[in-house]
Amino acid sequence: MADVRVQSADFDVAAEVAAVQAGGDAGAGKTGPHDIGAIVTFTGVCRNDDGRLAALELEHYPGMAEDEIARVAAEAEKRWPLKGLCVIHRYGLIRPGESIVLVVTASAHRQAAFEAASFLMDYLKTRAPFWKKEHLADGTSGGWVAPRQEDDEATTRWE
Amino acid sequence: MKIVYFAWVRERVGKTEEIVTPPDEVRTVADLAGWLKGRGEEYAHAFAEPGIVRAAIDRRHVKPDAPIAGAGEIAFFPPMTGG
Repeated sequence: MADVRVQSADFDVAAEVAAVQAGGDAGAGKTGPHDIGAIVTFTGVCRNDDGRLAALELEHYPGMAEDEIARVAAEAEKRWPLKGLCVIHRYGLIRPGESIVLVVTASAHRQAAFEAASFLMDYLKTRAPFWKKEHLADGTSGGWVAPRQEDDEATTRWE
Repeated sequence: MKIVYFAWVRERVGKTEEIVTPPDEVRTVADLAGWLKGRGEEYAHAFAEPGIVRAAIDRRHVKPDAPIAGAGEIAFFPPMTGG
């Protein structure tokens, strides 16, 4: 069962990796063989776009955001033999250098963890109900970020 | 019927949510978007480009031909830009 969170607060990557590892079938805190052999983390970070951007404001659909991420996470667990999965997506005002999204996948061998993390990010981009609005460094609003065609294309490669 | 709006659809409509009572012939999500579009300039602006605005019924993505009968909450929003 994936650990899915939608929150305004920042997250601690090392703590989340440790939690995924501890939650494995025989995690680090337990006796017996450790069956997690690979952990992949992806962190999405707010860029400043060469100084143009002051912050991103992330709006989300409360309730659906959690549900939709959970649906994508369940699909990833169906496709790959994962031993741990955590997805955290932030909302609210996020400044350049701050984290937006975290995906942690764990598996016995690296390929499943790499592929599942990539799949999750591709689907989160196009299916999770979040929208980014730009706040510019000159104090004006830069408007809503437009979806990238590359993101739609990245999603279709898993179909 | 409760409708909720997000991002630039919300800004253009000028509301986060509202209760509407569409006529019986409004059966699908596409019908509803078309009916809303006729309610005023702000709606016409929000639903100006056909096929751009996405929809969800009871917090699940749906296609324009999805029936709205029995829906508790219908959401309209732009293509998503999370991640």
